[in-house]
Amino acid sequence: MVRVLLPYHLRNLARVTGEVQLNATGPVTLAWLLDEVETRFPVLRGTIRDHITLRRRPFIRFFACEQDLSNEPPQTVLPEPIATGAEPFMIIGAIAGG
Amino acid sequence: MSRVRVLVGTRKGAFVLTSDGKRQNWDVSGPHFAGWELYHLKGSPADPNRIYASQSSGWFGQIIQRSDDGGKTWNPPGSSPEELKGPEGMPKGESNKFVYEGEVGTHKWYDGTQHPWEFKRIWHLEPSLTDPETVYAGAEDAALFKTTDGGTTWHELSGLRTAKGNLWQPGAGGMAVHTILLDPKNKNRIYVAISAAGVFRTDDSGKTWKPVNRGLKSPYELPDPDAEVGHCVHRIALHPSRPDVLFMQKHWDVMRTDNSGDSWTEVSGNLPTDFGFPIDVHAHEPETIYVVPIKSDSEHFPLDGKLRVYRSRSGGNDWEALTRGLPQKDCYVNVLRDAMSVDSLEPCGLYFGTTGGQVYASADSGDSWNPIVRDLPAVLSVEAQTLPS
Repeated sequence: MVRVLLPYHLRNLARVTGEVQLNATGPVTLAWLLDEVETRFPVLRGTIRDHITLRRRPFIRFFACEQDLSNEPPQTVLPEPIATGAEPFMIIGAIAGG
Repeated sequence: MSRVRVLVGTRKGAFVLTSDGKRQNWDVSGPHFAGWELYHLKGSPADPNRIYASQSSGWFGQIIQRSDDGGKTWNPPGSSPEELKGPEGMPKGESNKFVYEGEVGTHKWYDGTQHPWEFKRIWHLEPSLTDPETVYAGAEDAALFKTTDGGTTWHELSGLRTAKGNLWQPGAGGMAVHTILLDPKNKNRIYVAISAAGVFRTDDSGKTWKPVNRGLKSPYELPDPDAEVGHCVHRIALHPSRPDVLFMQKHWDVMRTDNSGDSWTEVSGNLPTDFGFPIDVHAHEPETIYVVPIKSDSEHFPLDGKLRVYRSRSGGNDWEALTRGLPQKDCYVNVLRDAMSVDSLEPCGLYFGTTGGQVYASADSGDSWNPIVRDLPAVLSVEAQTLPS
């Protein structure tokens, strides 16, 4: 069971509380995880990645196991603790003031 | 007695203000979509309880929200109410998809080079005058989108960007379609205004467009002051009984046209400064117009710290200051282009919001004003709806 933590505004938009749990049947890659989140919550399409290019939106960050994976390629295999659910995969809104 | 609903978009959410026809006591609901920027909300003239809202964020992009009950509940369009009830219920996710049609193309960039169009947000939503399912959306980077299924899917009316779009250039506030006017007497005619490109008109329901900027002069903004495109038009407005007459607040200058934009003349007259953002027309008097003069393009606040609405009862040139109830000292707020609106009660009501978070109302055509609320986030847009009792 893969655990995903969405930022506050996206949890509200998707109407979920707490973490999102995903069932993995194959390799847990960055692209698989994001595809799965958007499949489960279609309203989030376009809010994390661009609709067409699927590039990460500029002020979104991906953290896992205290690593910043934001700029890793989509086929990056996520760390084992993410695949097993020991650690959550964190989708974060970048730091900003105001 | 009729009622009034005022839809307020702010930097940190939306608010719905309601009152009876006296417009003295107001109920305030919100914030809706707390923490998000609400550039604009507008109700359908054909079904006032159908309201569309543009919700956006620098982090998460563009969301379109819709209410079918006058702003009590909201959903991104795309799922039936039944589908939304379960724990996994959620909209199906195409309503936030705005994709430029065909070859994306380029426009003029700050450094003079050509730059590809990039969608940023929806600035303005204009529901059809007759069909609650049809809405036009003005985008940054400047483009016009349309839905005919209640906001579930959107497609671009890409002919607009062929009207010399390669010469359009963003100003400091971006490059957006910020005004959309539907001609109530000619269903094929639409006007849009773009900063910094100008006014454009279609006479074939959006297939083809032409610039209608003759008479505009921008000596401090453009190398050719009379250029066909490139003018920083801040807002245009019309009265539904005379849709060939348009009024404009330009970057500098207040203008009017009596021939659907074919030629414009300046009507700034005795205004203390002719810089500003909003302009609107009295609901019952087509020659009565309102502006909020702002000191200058360098100092976006009222002259001398006095917040004054100016009214002309002659379609421009002769202006009177309306000050009763408005702060007349130490006021340094701005009033943005979409932040003024009128109701259609008798007497006509006016509303405007400020970057300081105040929303002022007048129930007597502007003679006197009272704040409905004083401490909202910065107000981006104000739309008044006149409702049956």
